[in-house]
Amino acid sequence: MSQDTTRAAATRIVRVASGQGFWGDWLEAPRRQVEGGDVDYLMLDYLAEVTMSIVQKQKERDPQMGYARDFIGAMESVFPAVADRGVKVIANAGGVNPDACASAVLDAASKHGVRGKIRVGVVTGDDVLHRLDELLAAGHPLANMDTGEPLSAIRDRVLSANAYIGSTPIVEALQQGANVVVTGRSTDTALTMAPLRHEFGWAADDWNRLAAGIVAGHILECGAQSSGGNCLHEWRTIPDLANVGYPIADARDDGSFVINKHPGSGGRISVPSVTEQLVYEMGDPHSYITPDVVADFTSIRLEAVGDNRVRVYGITGGPPTPFLKVSIAYRAGFKAVGSLVYAWPDAMEKAQLADRVLRERLDQLGLRFDQVLSEFVGATATHGALAGNGREAPEVQYRIGVRGSDRAAVERFTREIAPLVLNGPPSVTGFAGGRPKVEEIVAYWPALLDKRAVTTAVRIQE
Amino acid sequence: MKIQLVDIAHARSGDKGDTANVGLIALRPAWYAVIERYVTGDRVARHFAGQITGNVLRFELPNLGALNFLLHGALDGGGTLSLKTDAQGKVYSTALLRMTIDVPDAEARAAGVPGA
Repeated sequence: MSQDTTRAAATRIVRVASGQGFWGDWLEAPRRQVEGGDVDYLMLDYLAEVTMSIVQKQKERDPQMGYARDFIGAMESVFPAVADRGVKVIANAGGVNPDACASAVLDAASKHGVRGKIRVGVVTGDDVLHRLDELLAAGHPLANMDTGEPLSAIRDRVLSANAYIGSTPIVEALQQGANVVVTGRSTDTALTMAPLRHEFGWAADDWNRLAAGIVAGHILECGAQSSGGNCLHEWRTIPDLANVGYPIADARDDGSFVINKHPGSGGRISVPSVTEQLVYEMGDPHSYITPDVVADFTSIRLEAVGDNRVRVYGITGGPPTPFLKVSIAYRAGFKAVGSLVYAWPDAMEKAQLADRVLRERLDQLGLRFDQVLSEFVGATATHGALAGNGREAPEVQYRIGVRGSDRAAVERFTREIAPLVLNGPPSVTGFAGGRPKVEEIVAYWPALLDKRAVTTAVRIQE
Repeated sequence: MKIQLVDIAHARSGDKGDTANVGLIALRPAWYAVIERYVTGDRVARHFAGQITGNVLRFELPNLGALNFLLHGALDGGGTLSLKTDAQGKVYSTALLRMTIDVPDAEARAAGVPGA
């Protein structure tokens, strides 16, 4: 390699833009990210822990469903950039039906006259629901990581089971020429790391660089949470949140990157704003475990390098564990939450009396629950006794929830709230919403699975 | 002197199952030493006594001027099981910032803490 080529490689920048931090995030963001300036990749994160069970239920009702429908609208808003400007999209929008998701993208592409320019790489293999009994029989315990309970405790109530898969199949899809990659339960961070690994040709054991890609992914995966959204630091002075710019990572081959946003967009990228996102949902910072690499967050260095630009460098990592995390969703009973609002004077005392009256009535009815939780919003709901006793609160929302396995008991509970308006403490309002709804609880069971038991596959649809 | 954390730090919190994590970040590099010394895991466990059912673990990130606390049993079961308004632990961050620590006057002055 000549010196010039070496220098060109060292200064080459790959730009990955974050366009969605969860299913339900700002619909405007993906389009603004591809129109606000040049980017190479748009990464869209759609999956939270409970999302897989929701999409699994949708697929049971309609075999053509089971993925993040918002993604199709997002794709429609960015087709011109993908079809004509070479922007590539990577999304874990496939849920439990990545094939159907890819087909829906291609149908939309046909409608927009760009079908011939869209190659969708579909990543599968994360879904192990249909293999659970085979895995148990083969000696994989799939015990709950937090409690140690064996999966047999909930086996008959399982709704979905997906292994968190890493960057490798996404890299393969890009190598095969995909310009849209759709995955199921990929880790959020792989959506950013994979394109960097692909573009720079990072080896599968280049731990420091892979760890850098993971840290970039962690900073991008929650959308605007690193660029001024939900930012406590000097929040009053964060400009133009109405037009908040989502974060972009300008990455280099050496594993350093600069977090920035499009010129003219709102929000703020600063060392404090990026730090807040780095510590979000953090466990042991020495070992941030992913399928590809274990990143050391205590190695991260941050430096302000210009207006809304933060350089991130120095990141180290080490080899991954032999396991993949599996996210299992299961039916776990029923819950309902209701509320009433009490006004001055003595709002808190009135709300507390309502709580005693209601609990006595639930007892008299002989209703039994696993949990009954009362909160006083406006006084102590979020900070408890640290917030004082609520005696001065001008109004208090009394909020009570129950949880249990007996649907009928939870149903009966929902009918005990409204009567308090006429037969409980005074100065009460806020019941216009009617009876609370009974919800089935779909709970989350984290487990570990030997990596060798999971095989991913990549297929191109066009 | 007594220092309330909200005057020397900012914070963000989130969840992992029934555990809330709170990242506590010094507002100035010089104040990291203060939180590192006085905001111990035991102190945080006492602060949240009665509100969490499990223990508190602390990790240090001097590179970010931050401490990370794991509050176990903080979310009424967590995720979809939880009946709490703050089922995902989003505002444990500011609940920690309510905490007051006792710092010797000379040390507070040397660190340039507000009001010292």
